[in-house]
Amino acid sequence: MLLWLVFDLVLIGAIVWLAWAALAARDGFEMIVLFMVLGLFVALAWVRLQAPDVALAEAAVGSGITGALLLKTWRHRRGRAAGDAAADARPSRALGFGVMGLVTVLTGMLAAVLVLIPRPAPSLAETVFANLAVSGVDNPVTAVLLNFRAYDTLLEVVVLFAVVVVVWLLGDAEADRRAPRLGSIFFGFARLVLPVMVLIAGYLLWLGGFAPGGAFQAGAVLGAVGIVLLLGRLYTPTAADRLPARLVFGLGTVGFAGAGLATLALGNAFLGYPPEAAKTWILVIEAMLTVSIAATLAGLFFGAAPSGRPTRESDR
Amino acid sequence: MSTALLYSFGGILLIGVALHRLVLTTDLLRRVVALNVFAAGIASLLIAAAYRGPEAAADPVPHAFVLTGIVVLVSTTAAALALIRRLDDLERSVDHDT
Repeated sequence: MLLWLVFDLVLIGAIVWLAWAALAARDGFEMIVLFMVLGLFVALAWVRLQAPDVALAEAAVGSGITGALLLKTWRHRRGRAAGDAAADARPSRALGFGVMGLVTVLTGMLAAVLVLIPRPAPSLAETVFANLAVSGVDNPVTAVLLNFRAYDTLLEVVVLFAVVVVVWLLGDAEADRRAPRLGSIFFGFARLVLPVMVLIAGYLLWLGGFAPGGAFQAGAVLGAVGIVLLLGRLYTPTAADRLPARLVFGLGTVGFAGAGLATLALGNAFLGYPPEAAKTWILVIEAMLTVSIAATLAGLFFGAAPSGRPTRESDR
Repeated sequence: MSTALLYSFGGILLIGVALHRLVLTTDLLRRVVALNVFAAGIASLLIAAAYRGPEAAADPVPHAFVLTGIVVLVSTTAAALALIRRLDDLERSVDHDT
């Protein structure tokens, strides 16, 4: 018992210190790396709190993909002191103290609420476990995401789609052609790791049915494969790739909504799968989501609609 | 003190630290990072609320909320970062003109 308490205190202390250190770091690169480490520690804390599904997603998406996006933006702004505390305007003492006071009051109120609310808090856990048998999967989180609250997940996929549209409209594909090429160590790494990552993504997707895993975790790992391919220019998108890319981005939304319409046509509620075949429905939807999420995350990292210029030999 | 409460306080501290930097920083990239730390704090509160001790299974509904939240957050972050890059390009082109 005491050992666990020590573990908890050290872990929470590390998390809060990392958050502080990341946000107070003088250098933008240091800030991003500390933030990524923070994500991994938060994931560890969530494993401790018996939330392995969410911990996987936090490590892969919250730390990995977000970190890659931040580093790309940092690189883009390099030379303009992006993220450096030195470039930060120092607040006046009055403002500093005012904000500190406000934050203290707010967090104090939050803490008071936490202590005062009745425990255990009311929950839907019993309802979920009572209906798990008809959901088609054994992992309660997947059951909630893809069956009981599938409508939420559909809208989440719509958000992802909307954002990739926005990012591709804003981005300039030419801007990143200035990026330096990576060395041979990177390619050795890529050759070893990429096939394994594809395998892990497929494994996570299948695992989601009965153990921690699922479409979003698998999509994030597969998306990271795309990011490594783009980084090493093992794959350089051209204008011809726009249409297929857009079709795959839309696959998640269209496929998921299409499944919803199909359930309506079968005479069920929207996204109410026939119980005897629920597992198949969920797996097919999750497979479409995985491919679409992976392409979308890699598309977000690429950050622009690919331009028409074919790669010249001098670029190589 | 229960484990859930301990991690809840950790989440609140994350929220406090992030909010402080979010308000005071003038650097856009740092503000996006602060927003992400803020969200991690809120997610920690939800995850701690779902915890039912080492023996019992945790409540899966808040877990699903946080999973959705993580994906929406990475989407928001990607859009914000694209805006930052665009702003940077525009500032660069203004610098060139003058």
